[in-house]
Amino acid sequence: MKKIYPNAAAALDGLLHDGMFIAAGGFGLCGIPELLLSAIKDAGTKDLTFASNNAGVDDFGIGILLQTRQVKKMISSYVGENAEFMRQYLSGELELEFNPQGTLAERMRSGGCGIPGFYTKTGVGTVIADGKEHKDFPTGADGAMETYIMENGIFADLAIVKAWKADETGNLMFRKTARNFNPPAAMCGKTCVVEVEEIVPTGSLDPDSIHLPGIYVHRIIQGDHEKRIEQRTVREKA
Amino acid sequence: MWDRNQMAARAAEELEDGWYVNLGIGIPTLVANYVGDKDITLQSENGMLGMGPFPFEGEEDPDLINAGKQTITEMDRTAYFDSAQSFGMIRGGKIAAAILGAMEVDEKGDLANWMIPGKLVKGMGGAMDLVAGVGRVIVVMDHTNKHGDSKLLKECTLPLTGKGVVDRIITNLGVLDVVEGGLKIVECADGVSEDDLRAATEATII
Repeated sequence: MKKIYPNAAAALDGLLHDGMFIAAGGFGLCGIPELLLSAIKDAGTKDLTFASNNAGVDDFGIGILLQTRQVKKMISSYVGENAEFMRQYLSGELELEFNPQGTLAERMRSGGCGIPGFYTKTGVGTVIADGKEHKDFPTGADGAMETYIMENGIFADLAIVKAWKADETGNLMFRKTARNFNPPAAMCGKTCVVEVEEIVPTGSLDPDSIHLPGIYVHRIIQGDHEKRIEQRTVREKA
Repeated sequence: MWDRNQMAARAAEELEDGWYVNLGIGIPTLVANYVGDKDITLQSENGMLGMGPFPFEGEEDPDLINAGKQTITEMDRTAYFDSAQSFGMIRGGKIAAAILGAMEVDEKGDLANWMIPGKLVKGMGGAMDLVAGVGRVIVVMDHTNKHGDSKLLKECTLPLTGKGVVDRIITNLGVLDVVEGGLKIVECADGVSEDDLRAATEATII
């Protein structure tokens, strides 16, 4: 089965429909699937629900789909960098479900592992715990009981992720902190489309250095990435 | 009274040799400047252990950022991993301590630092996971808000980040521990008396 497609539009052909649920990799603007997001904008698919740690900025990342009103709901941990997001959310045009960052990552990972729910201490006693099942486990000192809440795994229609390199079978390597949410997002999609900076011949990646095996990857494109920096911080040379 | 850097220096004294530590944004970030000879490995919860300083101009890498989305550098010891594993080590208690800022802390160790209803709706990021998971939660913040009101309360008024999670509070006026029945003064800042500290604190001091 050939996984390599010529461009983002071709790789998404037949996979998009209004009202679908998409898991996207990336943290801030780092390691986001910018080419696939742009192709979804061009395709005009509407009423999208996104599980993504952030919502991009106004003119980059998921932000471009907010401008065109293609997003119905965001499941995110932090959306502070996006003025258009705030405007749509406060006016009730956009639904927002806040998830703690680790809960969101684990919801993706566990969904991809066939685990529909798990218990976590994160958010116990906060608004995040409202309406969720609570259960005690003897995990404290000397077997003392501690309270956990149940969170659900994410099962998305589609995963869109960004990696550094892929071989022709979809084995992936990521680069530095651009890995972030990409592996768990990739795992939780029924179909996973990956954009990379370079597709290399099968056999040229060290099998011991594969970060995500190709079994999770269905379609691959190679392209040029803008890789925008959100906050450029530097130090003086001594 | 301590200034920002003195608060950070005092917070650095809390860290022990060999610890893996997560530092929040603001004053907590400054703590890294004061660890001295101690072997401390900093975690960045987007997926990195062994966080280095900001890069020199021209050496910024868009693939290398910290949890505040700032460009940073790697070190010899650096390891990268995905966000699920990153929060696995946080939730799993492998991170010895988190040092973070707060809007409010109360005498039961409840912490509020992520949301002001109707005003600030940005999200909790990784803060809820950190305070629920790490070994020790140390809050570094000003003792009072800009209106002069105590930020150490009998009960938090803002939506919580975590319930009963704070171990120690370091402010510009001193150091307090959360203990059974309230807060206990550990240390007063330079030129601050215990009476000054009590007068500036709404929470019960035992």
